[in-house]
Amino acid sequence: MSYSTQRQAQTEAGEVAGKEFLAFTLGKEEYGIDILRVQEIRGYEPVTRIANVPDFIKGVVNLRGIIVPVVDMRIKLNLGTPTYDQFTVVIILSIAGRVVGMVVDSVSDVTTLSPDQVKPAPEMGTTFDSDYLIGLGTLNERMLILVDIDKLMSSSEMGLIEKIAA
Amino acid sequence: MTIDMSQFYQVFFDEADELLAEMEKLLLALDVSAPDSEDLNAIFRAAHSIKGGAATFAFNDITEVTHMLESLLDRIRKGEMALTPEHVDAFLVSKDVLTMQMDGHHHGSSVDQNAVGSVCQRLKALSLGSAADTPALAAAVPESARFEAAPVADADGNCSFHIELPDVPQRDVDALAAELGLLGTISQESLADKRVVFTLTTPESQDSIVAICSFVLDPDDLKITHGGAEGSLQSSGAPTGLPFTGAAQTGTDAAKPSAEDPGYGIFELEKTDAVSQPAVATTAAVTAGAPAAEAKNFGRRATDKEGASQESSSIRVGIEKVDQLINLVGELVITQAMIEQRISVLDPIQYERLLNSVGQLTRNTRDLQEAVMSIRMMPMDYVFSRFPRMVRDLAGKLGKKVEFVTRGAATELDKGLIERIVDPLTHLVRNSVDHGIEKPEKRRASNKSETGRLTLSAAHQGGNIVIEVSDDGGGLSRDRILAKAKQQGLPVSDTMPDADVWQLIFAPGFSTAEVVTDVSGRGVGMDVVKRNITAMGGTVDIRSVPGAGTTIAISLPLTLAILDGMSVKVGEEVYILPLGYVIESLQPAAADVKEIAGQGQVVKIRGDYLPLIPLYQIFAIEPNFTDPSQGIVVILEADGKKAALLVDGLVGQQQVVVKNLESNFRKVAGISGATILGDGGVSLILDVSALLRSSRQLNADPVFS
Repeated sequence: MSYSTQRQAQTEAGEVAGKEFLAFTLGKEEYGIDILRVQEIRGYEPVTRIANVPDFIKGVVNLRGIIVPVVDMRIKLNLGTPTYDQFTVVIILSIAGRVVGMVVDSVSDVTTLSPDQVKPAPEMGTTFDSDYLIGLGTLNERMLILVDIDKLMSSSEMGLIEKIAA
Repeated sequence: MTIDMSQFYQVFFDEADELLAEMEKLLLALDVSAPDSEDLNAIFRAAHSIKGGAATFAFNDITEVTHMLESLLDRIRKGEMALTPEHVDAFLVSKDVLTMQMDGHHHGSSVDQNAVGSVCQRLKALSLGSAADTPALAAAVPESARFEAAPVADADGNCSFHIELPDVPQRDVDALAAELGLLGTISQESLADKRVVFTLTTPESQDSIVAICSFVLDPDDLKITHGGAEGSLQSSGAPTGLPFTGAAQTGTDAAKPSAEDPGYGIFELEKTDAVSQPAVATTAAVTAGAPAAEAKNFGRRATDKEGASQESSSIRVGIEKVDQLINLVGELVITQAMIEQRISVLDPIQYERLLNSVGQLTRNTRDLQEAVMSIRMMPMDYVFSRFPRMVRDLAGKLGKKVEFVTRGAATELDKGLIERIVDPLTHLVRNSVDHGIEKPEKRRASNKSETGRLTLSAAHQGGNIVIEVSDDGGGLSRDRILAKAKQQGLPVSDTMPDADVWQLIFAPGFSTAEVVTDVSGRGVGMDVVKRNITAMGGTVDIRSVPGAGTTIAISLPLTLAILDGMSVKVGEEVYILPLGYVIESLQPAAADVKEIAGQGQVVKIRGDYLPLIPLYQIFAIEPNFTDPSQGIVVILEADGKKAALLVDGLVGQQQVVVKNLESNFRKVAGISGATILGDGGVSLILDVSALLRSSRQLNADPVFS
């Protein structure tokens, strides 16, 4: 690995200095996203299905008068058969002025990570494309996969936002 | 102290826009032979207000044009000059120039300096030209104006001014006295009615005095006369050959208080006398000035009050605030519907009072919703008012005579729709003037009056607004449209009903105009008109009688935010169909459903075979019924095509608040939006035209009856 990539990783890590992350689990892995993107956390409620969209887009729900699409990360990442019960959690994210709901297995806590606790992400090894990763956060025995949720949710892969070019 | 003026720019631009629009409207309505003095005054006031505002923000180019405009208007309204059509034209052109300059300052768009210059020339020429036409008046005015305006200087070059203040607080008087004292020597005396008169001897010009005073009071309320007591009066020394415009301009500026007052006639006499008897004149002018100024003050106060009441009757609110309010009320309505649904299961006897209260809440909510929706409503006048000018210019250009009539300008329509209807309407009106109304010679030949009549009307019809553009011109030519359609390879027959023939003009690239003018005839347009209106959920209808005229009627829903919907059920899903597209719904007999190999199914309804669109198939839902004879088919019509939509059942009919799906998601094929149902759940609104289109794509060959 060249010097420049390392440096880049360090600056990226520097950007997340002292940031707070919301930790949640998907399958056996624990993930973290920038707490400032989280609007609220709700229980799962029935959605209105939308036809002819990828199956990880569960549909839309009414969030106090706003129509909000809900995506199920467990389906997106192929993490077993998703179950929907009273423990299923939806994280409502606010990204670039848009509101999106994300279904996860559970939400654990909010942790503060200092830059030296964030290590550059390896090229492989997680179900996420490493483009969408900020790095790996280490906290005692835990390891959080820090996701660049802005990038992920705006990506064409998710198909949530119509690309202007398209 | 520096104030950031730019924060007030927007207010000025908004106001000036309104004033210019008002001015144009009044100018167009003006009867040249017998102008209404009230209208002339209103036009003058508009010009004056713009000038004042522009001067405040140092938009000197605007000030310059308005100043000339104002001077000319002032003389016309005082009867010193007869109003001619050339005046009106010049005023209209200067209005355009002002708009252009305003845009230049506002949006940084380019300003055509040649146009500005030519308009200034034109206004100047008019004020000069007419001066010669009315020599008697012209002679009287410069004399008096010069008497007031020409500085009366003493040996040191100092002038003596009498400055008569309106009724202002003592504090302001003191402040003014201190300020003016800096210019020269000042003395102060009180009039009987407690107003104050300063006598100031200064080398400065009157303009500087006005400038200082304007910080404290309205310069128009100020009365400044040149005192002759100290300096030797040199009215004979003043240049007698003063060009009329110059004198008139200074006259309007400086002598405005006296010239404007209702006691003008008397005052004028006094002053005319004064020219021959200068010594007496000064005192006469001053004494006459007091009651005159008073009368003037009274008059101004009356108009101010009128203006104030107009101002307070409306407020300027950002559209996003209104939209937010509408959204919130929408939420309230939904919440209210939820409560209603929850309590409907309660025992009416045990919970009587609760149920009554909720009933009241329902009514109040509905009233509130109606009231809030009406905020977004704007009168059609907003659109109509821009046409008289356009028609006038167009008719002039094409050498036609057109009388333009509007009806129902007070009819209200949602602001969003109003803005989107402007372009299609403009197109239709242009078309009517260009193609509809014939040239005077032709009209005379066909025994019609030379002046064509173009009517623009708006009226409510049920939940719709109907806007009609109608002319009494030659009407559409059936033969020509059919010939053209054949030439373009459109499927037509000679026996088509008229209504179908007229609809052909909405086909893309269709124009029957023999000559392409810069006004219309390129054939781009009618299809755009149709598409825009359909996108707004409206319809276009044409009625035409050869030789008697054409009427194009646009029917639009009153608002985009609320939609009459029919809810239909497929499997577990509930969808909303906009009621406007629904013709009927029925359960077909098994024998009426036919299979076409590889093309899907058709349903025979009253002799017509309609393509069957199974909604479950399009949206991949597990339905309760796949057999049309067990479910319900809803006959839909969009873009002139009919189809039968197969659903499991009908749920009901309700008004729904349309929510945008794209604000947080993206466009979904076959879905035009979403709404929130009474139970808080989300239901999707079907995009009927898209459904029908896609069904036609499925069945490559459309099914004809």
